[in-house]
Amino acid sequence: MIYEGKKKIWSDYQKEIPDDHWYYVRSCIRQNFFPASERMFTEITRGVLGRDIYETPHHTTCGGIAYHCDTIPQETAMTIVARQFALMTEAGYENYAPSCITSFGNYAEILETWREYPELEAKIREDLWKACRREFKKPKCLAHSSDLIYHWRDEIAAKARFRLVDRETGDALRIVEHIGCHYAKMFPSKGVGGAEYPYVLAGMIESWGGQVVDYPERRHCCGYGFRQYHVKANRGYCVGNTVKKFESMEPYHPDAIITNCPGCPYFLDRWQYVMAEQTGRTYGSDGFGIPVLTYEELAGLVLGYDPWDLGLQLHQVAVEPLLDKMGIKYDPQAKYLGVDRENLMRPQLPEHLKCF
Amino acid sequence: MDFGFGINRSSTIDLTKTDNGLFRRVCSEEPGARTCMACGSCSATCMASDLSGMSIRKVLLAMQRGQDIRHMLSKCMLCGKCTMVCPRGINTRRLVLTICRLYD
Repeated sequence: MIYEGKKKIWSDYQKEIPDDHWYYVRSCIRQNFFPASERMFTEITRGVLGRDIYETPHHTTCGGIAYHCDTIPQETAMTIVARQFALMTEAGYENYAPSCITSFGNYAEILETWREYPELEAKIREDLWKACRREFKKPKCLAHSSDLIYHWRDEIAAKARFRLVDRETGDALRIVEHIGCHYAKMFPSKGVGGAEYPYVLAGMIESWGGQVVDYPERRHCCGYGFRQYHVKANRGYCVGNTVKKFESMEPYHPDAIITNCPGCPYFLDRWQYVMAEQTGRTYGSDGFGIPVLTYEELAGLVLGYDPWDLGLQLHQVAVEPLLDKMGIKYDPQAKYLGVDRENLMRPQLPEHLKCF
Repeated sequence: MDFGFGINRSSTIDLTKTDNGLFRRVCSEEPGARTCMACGSCSATCMASDLSGMSIRKVLLAMQRGQDIRHMLSKCMLCGKCTMVCPRGINTRRLVLTICRLYD
């Protein structure tokens, strides 16, 4: 093997990620599913890494969900996106970082469409001006927020209090990385590692001491797929895809799964309950499931944040086995206490999937 | 618990887990079966195909995948049209009879 040649080829799969000054936009649904993830992103990037991350309360949906559910045309999504870019321009930023994978795909698709059809961009600029008297510059760099954590992964590793290592055996934890389909499957050049070798989450796992699990259905969709899930009659197909992934990864005994998409962690986590209730089957050890975390939650864990401040009590699958392996101390009595020690109330536990 | 939906089974065929013993036994008696190139001429000319889904091509494929073929075989009327059009000269009528004999 000619190592230099390999390095040259791999460099084609990289993308330029500016080190500072980012305009950050949140996802529509992540704050409901995993409420601490986006807050943890700003906390880590501003507080721990000292970067300039700007947010505005005027940001709205990008229209991606409606676009992918076929309820609005792309021109409507384009005008919504044009307004987001106008807000970024007004705030004086040039680097745009969406938290949502579908938003990222939506932005990438729209920028690519405008590059291909400049007359359409001109029309959208006119529509935006007529609608709200705003103008915009296109971002110089578009990166998903997981790209930023990937970019700063070694800085996080240097400040880490815990590593992805089994405290008792000293072995690297086996982590499955699941990347949202809209990250690089549509526009491979926009993602780190492209569609063939997406490295964005694998890089974090390796940097923080873990071992990436390679399994046959590694690049299979989580099953969400918008149209599949939103029509109830199609949900059997949706969960069928998730079963396929879990059946494929189970023989490798993963300790956890991390994802960078809003929908994937939700479905990989919640569907484990549905699968257990319908088939009695669980995929972790001793009747537990496989914990599913967002990359911000994993970053928070290695940096030593309290698991309950990271919102891990809102996961369906119990995360305690993973915390025990990493040697992270937690108070079981405080699991269902929210902000200001407010009692969130203990949920009814499932019959088949072991939880605390 | 009733969620209002079930879990769809995957249509993936894992060839390491399928039993294609019938196909191998058929091929030992009718070696011509191995020469099928799945052109579909037999299906195109089959009188039963339109109405019943019978197809020699599908039967051979299903046997290699270890799937049930009984419902297709029972529809064959042994008219022999498929034998006349097969570009590989496979004696398909005899093939159907062999499969029926070995199937039971």
